[in-house]
Amino acid sequence: MNFNILRIVILICFTWSSLVSAKSDAQFDKLVAKLPTSNFKSLAPLLDKIALSDDPRSSELLGRLSQGDVYFVPSSKQVLYMAKDAQGTRTYTDVITTQAIDTPQGRLKKVRVNNYIRTLIQQLQAQQNLNNPDKVIRLSAAKEILRDVDSIYTETLNKRLAKEDDEEIIDILDVIVALKQLKSGDENQLDDSLTVLKGSLEPDVRATLMNELNAIDKHSASSIKDIQRVLDTIDRKRKWYGYVENIFFGLSLGSVLLLAAIGLAITFGVMGVINMAHGEMIMLGAYTTYVVQQLFPDLLTYSLFIAVPAAFLVSGLVGIIIERCVIQFLKGRPLETLLATFGVSLILQQLVRTVFSPLNRQVASPEWMSGSWQINPALSVTFNRLYIILFSLSVFFALLVFLKKSSLGLHVRAVAQNREMAKALSIKSNWVDAATFGLGSGIAGIAGVVLSQLTNVGPNLGQAYIIDSFLVVVFGGVGNLWGALVSAMSLGILNKFLEPLTGPVMASILVLVGLVFFIQKRPQGLFPKKGRAE
Amino acid sequence: MKLRTLIIRSSLVLSTAFSSMSIAEEEIIKVGVLHSLTGTMAISETTLKDTVLMMVDEQNKKGGLLGKKLEAVVVDPASNWPLFAEKARELLVKEKVDVIFGGWTSVSRKSVLPVIEELNGMLFYPVQYEGEESSKNVFYTGASPNQQAIPAVDYLMNDIGAKRWILLGTDYVYPRTTNKILESYLKQNGVKPEDIMVSYTPFGHSDWQNIVSQVKKFGSTGKKTAVVSTINGDANIPFYKELGNQGISAQDIPVVAFSVGEEELSGFDTSPLVGHLAAWNYFQSIYTPENEAFIAKWKTYIGDDKRVTNDPMEATYIGFNMWAKAVAAAGTTDVDKVSDALIGVTVPNLTGGVAVMNPNHHLSKPVFIGEIQDDGQVEVVWETPGTVRGDAWSDYLESSKNIMSDWSAPMSCGNYDVVAGKCSGAK
Repeated sequence: MNFNILRIVILICFTWSSLVSAKSDAQFDKLVAKLPTSNFKSLAPLLDKIALSDDPRSSELLGRLSQGDVYFVPSSKQVLYMAKDAQGTRTYTDVITTQAIDTPQGRLKKVRVNNYIRTLIQQLQAQQNLNNPDKVIRLSAAKEILRDVDSIYTETLNKRLAKEDDEEIIDILDVIVALKQLKSGDENQLDDSLTVLKGSLEPDVRATLMNELNAIDKHSASSIKDIQRVLDTIDRKRKWYGYVENIFFGLSLGSVLLLAAIGLAITFGVMGVINMAHGEMIMLGAYTTYVVQQLFPDLLTYSLFIAVPAAFLVSGLVGIIIERCVIQFLKGRPLETLLATFGVSLILQQLVRTVFSPLNRQVASPEWMSGSWQINPALSVTFNRLYIILFSLSVFFALLVFLKKSSLGLHVRAVAQNREMAKALSIKSNWVDAATFGLGSGIAGIAGVVLSQLTNVGPNLGQAYIIDSFLVVVFGGVGNLWGALVSAMSLGILNKFLEPLTGPVMASILVLVGLVFFIQKRPQGLFPKKGRAE
Repeated sequence: MKLRTLIIRSSLVLSTAFSSMSIAEEEIIKVGVLHSLTGTMAISETTLKDTVLMMVDEQNKKGGLLGKKLEAVVVDPASNWPLFAEKARELLVKEKVDVIFGGWTSVSRKSVLPVIEELNGMLFYPVQYEGEESSKNVFYTGASPNQQAIPAVDYLMNDIGAKRWILLGTDYVYPRTTNKILESYLKQNGVKPEDIMVSYTPFGHSDWQNIVSQVKKFGSTGKKTAVVSTINGDANIPFYKELGNQGISAQDIPVVAFSVGEEELSGFDTSPLVGHLAAWNYFQSIYTPENEAFIAKWKTYIGDDKRVTNDPMEATYIGFNMWAKAVAAAGTTDVDKVSDALIGVTVPNLTGGVAVMNPNHHLSKPVFIGEIQDDGQVEVVWETPGTVRGDAWSDYLESSKNIMSDWSAPMSCGNYDVVAGKCSGAK
C-alpha cells in the first residue's frame, strides 16, 4: 500500500539528507508557511521535507505537531505553538522565529493530524533520535523502530550498534537485526536470527514469527519447523505471564471489593446492623474527591492525599448522624433497620442529585495514577491498580491494628461480644456504637475516593457496590475481618479467571450461583465468628 | 410526576405564549417533544429537546406554518421506558399534538411504537439505531446500520487494512443486532470466524482490565486489528481510560465507536483517546456555511459558547425541516397527508448536501469517519463519495435480506417479502 511507498521515500530522503549537509533557513520557513493550507494528504510529504531540511527547529515542530500544539492565525497564516500551563494560561511562540509572541487576535485554527501522520512523525523522530545522546530517548526510538523494522537499513543499525554501550538498547537493536534477517528469507542467517528471537517476548517478534510461518514460499519446510518451535517457546512463556496478569487483575478487583466491604464488615459484622445506605457512604466519599479537586485545582497531584482524610471525615460524620438519628432507635429490629437505612440511601442519592446534578461528575486522575509499569514486554501492570492494591491492604492492616491495640478497638470488640457484660464494665455502649458506625462509614468514604479513580462518579455509584459488599461479608463470615480479606481476594481472582472464558456477564452469574451453593452448604461463611455471644 | 411536567411545560409555553396570546386555539400547530429530561439518558436527550425548541422558535420567527403559530409541548418520560408509551399517549390524546419529536434508546422507541401506531400519530426518531424495523408512523432520521456501522467497517478493512476484528458492546438490543449484522458482513467479506472476537458487557461496566488485556492479546498476532465499539453510555469513560493505561494507542489498535460523539466527549480529557475513531453522519468540525450558521445559532440560543453540536442534533434539524416542508406542501397537518408528502422531500443537511426522505421512511445521508482530537472535536478522515440510502432491513442478515420497506402507494408496506411476494406485516 501507499504506506510502503512512503517508507521507501523516507529512507531515500534520509540517506540523501545526510549527504547533503547544505541547509537553508529559508527552506524551513517556506515549508512551515505551507502548513496552514495543507490537508491530510499533502501534510505527509510536507513533513518529510521538513524532517530532511535538517533544520534544528524541525524536531521540535514534529514533536509539537504530534502533541497537537501547532496552530495558525487564519488571517495572517502565521504558524505558532500554543502551550498551556497547569492554570490554563496560554502562551504562544512563533514557529519560525521561536520567539514568544502576544496572544493573537481572532480564533486560531489548529494544524490537525491523524493516525497516519502521527505514525509517520513517530517514525521520522525515531530515526532522528536513534543517535540522541540521551539514553532514554534512544531507547524509546529503538522501541519505535522495532514496531516497524522495515523503516530502517541494516547498515544504519549496525553503525549504531558499534557505537552503542547501553545493554537494553543493544538487546532491542539485536532483535531488530534478527527480525530483518528473518524477513529477508536468507536461510543462512535463519539460525542466528532465531537464537536471538527465542528469548524475546516482544509482541512484534511474535507477530513477525506468525507472519513468516505463513510465508511458505519464502522458507523451506525445515526452517518453518524451526520457526514454529521458537514460536511455541515464546507462547509458553507468554501464557505463563498471562496467568500472572490474571492473578493481578483478580487481586485488583479483590482489593476494590475489600475496600468497599471492609466498612460493612464492621457495621454489619461487628454491630449486626444491616446498613443499606453503605453504598451511599462510598458515593459521598467519591463526591468528596470531586469537591476537593474543585476547591484546589492547583493541587491535582496531591488531591487524593487530601481527599482520603476528607472523605473519611465526611462519610464518618454522616454515618454518626445516621446512627444517632435513626439506627439507635431500631436496635434489635433488623427488618425495620433495613427499610429505614434503605430510605436513608434514597434520601442521600436525591440530595446529591439536587446539590450536584443528576449527571456524572468528572474526577481527574493525577499523573502518577496513569500509565503502566512494563515489567517485561509480555507483562505490564497499570499503576492505578497497583497503588489501589497496596492502599487497600494498608487500610485493612491499619484497621486490624486499630481494633486490636487501641482502647476504642477494645471497647468495640467487647460490645460486639457481649453488650450487657460490656455495659456492666462501664463501657458506654451507645457511644461505642456511634463510633463504630462512624468508623465503618468513614472507611466506605475512603473506598469512594478509590472508586472515583476507576469508575464514573454519579448518584448511583453506591448501588453498584452494595450487593458486592454484602456478598464479600457473607462469604467471608460475618464479623471476621480476615474472612473479608480472603473472600474479597478469592472472589476477585475467581471472577477474573472466569471472565476470559465466559465473558463478564456470565462470569458474575457463575460466581453468584457458586456463592448460593456455598452458603447453602456453609451458612456461616468461610471463617465464622468465634465466641460465646448469642 | 404530573406536576413536574406541568411546570416544565408551562414555563416553556410561556415564552411562546406572548406571541400567540391573541391567536385563537385552532390557529396553533402543536409539536410534541418526548425526550427524557431526568434520569440516565438526560445527558443526551436534553440537548435534543432544546434543539426542537430552537427550531420551533425559529419557524415562528419566520411566520409559523400555514399561517399558524407553532407551539412546543414538552413532556418528561424520565428515562423510564414504559413511561415513554404513557407520555406519547398523553401527547396524542390529551394534547392532540400534530407531530412528535423524541426518543433516544431503541427500547424507548419500541415502547412508543404500539401507541403511535394505534392512535395514528407521527414520530420523528433522531438517533442511530439497529434497523430491522419500519413503521408507517415513524420517520427515522438517524443512521441505520448501513449508514454507520457498515461504512466504518469498510474504512477499517480497506483503508486501515484491518484483518482481525473485535466487536465490543453493551449487552442490549442495539449492540447485539448491530454486531450480528457486522459479523455476517465480515464473514461475507472473507474474514475467518477465528479472526472475530465478540464480547458484551453490562450497562455501566467499570472494570475493563480483562477485556482490554484480551484486546491486546488478540491484536498481537501480526495482523492489523481493529475494535468496533457499540459500548453505550458512561461505561465508555473507564473503557478508554483503561485503554490509555495499558498503553494501547489508536495507531496500534484503532477503536471505532458508534455511540461516542462531541456531546459525550465534552468536559472529558480526550488526550488518551486521540486518534480513535467515530463514525457518524455529521461532525461539528465539518466546515460548511450551513453548519457554521447552525453552530452559531445554537450557541446563542443556549447562551453558552462551550456547547457543542452533534449528529442526533443534525438529525433533529433535518427531521424538523422536512416535516415543516411537507406540512407546507400538503397544506394540512393531517398525519396521512403529511406522511405522503414527506416521501421524496429534500432539505439541505448541515454537511453541504441534501437529505432525501425515502419511501422506507429512512434518509439518504453521507457517512463520515473521524478521528478524535485532543480538544474533544472529531476531524473527518474519510467520507463516502455520495449519500448512502438508509436501509430498514439489513441485507446481511438471513432473516431480513429479502424484506423491503416502501410506504408509498401502491405498495404501502413496511416489511414486504420480495421472494414470497407478499406483505407480512400490518398495512
